[in-house]
Amino acid sequence: MSKTKTSKTVHLTIDGQNVEAPKGAMILDVTPGLGVEIPSLCAHPGLEPFGACRLCVVEIQKPGWDDWYKQLVTSCLFQVEEGLKVWTNSDEVRQNRKVVLDLLMARVPASDVIRDLGNQYGVTKTSYAEVDTEDTCIMCDICVRACHAIGRDAIASMSRGPDKYVDVPDKDACIGCLVCANLCPTNAIPFTANDNGKRRIWGKEFDLVTDERSGEVLGTTEYIEHVRKRAEDKGLLCPEDMKHESARVKRYGYAQKLSHVADVEEPIEEVK
Amino acid sequence: MTSSNGKPFGSVKNLLKRAEKILKERKKLKQEIRVCAGPGCIALGAKDIHKELCKQLDDHKKELEAAGLELNVTLSEKCTGCHGMCEAGPIVTIEPEGTFYTGVKPRDTKKIVEKTLLKDQLVDPLLYQLGHHRGGGKVKHYADIPFYSLQLRVALRKVGVVDPTNFDDFLAEGGFQAFAKAIAEMTPEDVIDQVEKSGLRGRGGAGFSTGRKWRSALRVKEDRVWLICNGDEGDPGAFMDRAIMEGDPYSVLEGMMIGAYALGATDAWIYVRHEYPLAVEHLQMAIDKLTNAGLLGENILGTGMTLNVRISRGGGAFVCGESSALMRSLEGKVGEPRAKYVRSVEKGLHDEPTVLNNVETFTCVPAIIDKGAEWFASMGREKSKGTKAFSLVGKVKHTGLIEVPMGRTLREIIFDIGGGIIDDRPFKAVQTGGPSGGCLPAGKLNLQVDFDTLADAGAMMGSGGMIVMDDHTCMVDVAKYFINFLIGESCGKCVPCREGLYQLYDLLNKITNGEGKPGDLETIETLCHTMEVASLCALGKSAPYPVTSTIKYFREEYEEHINDGVCRAGVCPKLIVYHINDDCNGCEVCRKHCPTNAITGEKKKLHVIDPDLCISCGICKSVCKFDTIDIMSGGKIVSRDVVA
Ligand SMILES: Cc1cc2nc3c(=O)[nH]c(=O)nc-3n(C[C@H](O)[C@H](O)[C@H](O)COP(=O)(O)O)c2cc1C
Ligand code: SF4
Ligand code: SF4
Ligand code: FES
Repeated sequence: MSKTKTSKTVHLTIDGQNVEAPKGAMILDVTPGLGVEIPSLCAHPGLEPFGACRLCVVEIQKPGWDDWYKQLVTSCLFQVEEGLKVWTNSDEVRQNRKVVLDLLMARVPASDVIRDLGNQYGVTKTSYAEVDTEDTCIMCDICVRACHAIGRDAIASMSRGPDKYVDVPDKDACIGCLVCANLCPTNAIPFTANDNGKRRIWGKEFDLVTDERSGEVLGTTEYIEHVRKRAEDKGLLCPEDMKHESARVKRYGYAQKLSHVADVEEPIEEVK
Repeated sequence: MTSSNGKPFGSVKNLLKRAEKILKERKKLKQEIRVCAGPGCIALGAKDIHKELCKQLDDHKKELEAAGLELNVTLSEKCTGCHGMCEAGPIVTIEPEGTFYTGVKPRDTKKIVEKTLLKDQLVDPLLYQLGHHRGGGKVKHYADIPFYSLQLRVALRKVGVVDPTNFDDFLAEGGFQAFAKAIAEMTPEDVIDQVEKSGLRGRGGAGFSTGRKWRSALRVKEDRVWLICNGDEGDPGAFMDRAIMEGDPYSVLEGMMIGAYALGATDAWIYVRHEYPLAVEHLQMAIDKLTNAGLLGENILGTGMTLNVRISRGGGAFVCGESSALMRSLEGKVGEPRAKYVRSVEKGLHDEPTVLNNVETFTCVPAIIDKGAEWFASMGREKSKGTKAFSLVGKVKHTGLIEVPMGRTLREIIFDIGGGIIDDRPFKAVQTGGPSGGCLPAGKLNLQVDFDTLADAGAMMGSGGMIVMDDHTCMVDVAKYFINFLIGESCGKCVPCREGLYQLYDLLNKITNGEGKPGDLETIETLCHTMEVASLCALGKSAPYPVTSTIKYFREEYEEHINDGVCRAGVCPKLIVYHINDDCNGCEVCRKHCPTNAITGEKKKLHVIDPDLCISCGICKSVCKFDTIDIMSGGKIVSRDVVA
């Protein structure tokens, strides 16, 4: 959290530490550097907070409340305020995170990410009925929001309740940028980044474009076209990326990185 | 009935003049006959009754004219909204006497006209039978029927009284007096003061103070405030808001207009549940009429006030009734609750300040302005003022729509108004507050119903659903039923609700199947706690109530299921067996009906059910004329169908 001179700040305590934070920031955003750890699955700095996983819960107390009274809130959505007290690791907080992880372990037994997190909270085996599935999607909606943020809206969450799932209803809208797969906290979206100049994701195959000079893979044809158009239309990809991207577009006629929305590195680990 | 000449009223004075004129005309009326056209009565043929009635009155008039005589009394007829006692429909009432006819058929109209209207005689077979399950006496007037006499109608004051499609009728019954008073004599501040002083709390669920909500919107007021009326009413079995929107649309609008005046709102939405086409039709008719009459639109009654009201048809899911999901749905997005610790009075619809209230809440407002905050506050309890409408359903004799002052006991509602349990079986529980409400046991029958007492007891007011259950109800099964309903309604956005409901159902299902294990109750309680505190919206937060309340009050039933494999209500198929007792006379009926041929026995000899083949479908028991088939669970008879 960088503080600018003009931004108003508020004072709060987080696990007893005095913290000065910019007004309007969410609790989760001000914790880095404090040595406290709040787990989160559906939050991403480049996306609007969503509040789906409920893992980032913390206890708070506002000034003037009775001493015994605390409220459980999701830190990704709760704005800091003057005099606020925050507990990020109390018994109540840990207990509820534990149940959430216990539930997720039953939902996606195949996910190492969830299993590791569960272990950290003392859940080695789920207390609930395991769903028989290899899928590791936890419906955090990050892929949906990321795809929306880059301007494609190819991914949507479908159905409701326990039947909810994500899909790409309109395959034409997908440009094979891999933002979704790279941001997915549980690596639930299978893809092949580069198979002899081809890329596969969401059941669709793309041709890859390579920079002639450097031999660097620039992205799919559709992706490059999308970035070019977006840069032309709006002169930007997303607010923070504007300068960086337009420079790239000018130089190469394409953009490769959507560094703010999603740190798209070429994937390190491929998931099938 | 005359209607206004099509010109806008232009001023408050003109409106009041018009009302006065209609009242004068009405004074000439001798009698008025009202045909209930609520959904229940319509289904039973109310429209035909009305048509036939009009014909009878017409014929009568022609006869008189032919004889050269003048009709010496003026009779009028109309269709109204729901009278509440749907089980006795179709209902016809005659005012001013309050004559109450039930189960009316089209052919009865001739008698009603000839006997009751012209000769002041009653049509005996149509009268309501007091305690008709027991064979009590007949009642002439609805005021003498406990179902009505113990009620106090504020929100439902004009439902069943006015013709919902007739503006003049509404004026004649005192409509728009409150709005006229507000706009002509009161400042917006005065209006909010009155609403706040009345103690009115939102009737849609949470019971938030309406006055406080309005005031806080006033405080953040920016250029535009949205006003939304929540008519989504997703609780299965609830129909209070429906009855109001269909039966008295003008009162809903009048309440909204007063709210809009107080808040300076110029744009309003009514969000009506998809399944309520008649409500949409009546509300739209009313909006059109009011727009033509200069009561909606621009420069209302020449005061410069602007208000446009639009109707949106709900998205269908139960969760769309939750305020933030409703607003998203109005924005054309998926109706999912929004996770923000920002109040909608600050950032609601389109991120603009928004005040959202329930249909019943808005409908109370004109009455408060009309009769004063003190009048409203004189009814009810310390912290829950006024009255509340309930839909009373389940194993109660008189199901229907009722309204009582806050603080009536459950016993009064269920036994005095509702007439007690069907077949006089023992009362077991009442579930209040809709699908995610709680179940209260017989020990809570003296509970004085209000927002806080219900919440303290582990149930809730919700929108006012009440489901009565008798001793043939298995509480574990009930909890499972509601959880199953809620699974279908959860939007699936947040983990505790989406996954929690799924796992709760699984656990409860196992228990009812006799596969429960020690420790399940603790697992359930731990899970319920997290759902309550960590779910995103009130659906998930309240979803565990059917489970937590039944564990609280009927824990031993859960334990019996888990530890002994016993379902004392004789409901859970896997835990019961059907058994033919020695009174069997070998009539063979059951044997012929059993779908799995599990019953053997010769004519005139004792029949036997093979428990291995029996699938507990219960058909044998339902066909046995001699009541010799028992339900056994854990080796004991749990149900011999003898009425207490
Ligand atoms: C799952 C869910 C469903 C709801 N359904 C309704 C509804 O159908 N009608 C309604 O008025 N309020 C409903 N509510 C309550 C609304 O969110 C809101 O509190 C209410 O409409 C506010 O109006 P009031 O203050 O006048 O009660 C629901 C709440 C939840 C959590
Ligand atoms: S695929 Fe991944 S990113 Fe998308 S909703 Fe599922 S878990 Fe979240
Ligand atoms: S509590 Fe249930 S209905 Fe509410 S947001 Fe969560 S999943 Fe959706
Ligand atoms: S990170 Fe806050 S709810 Fe998921």
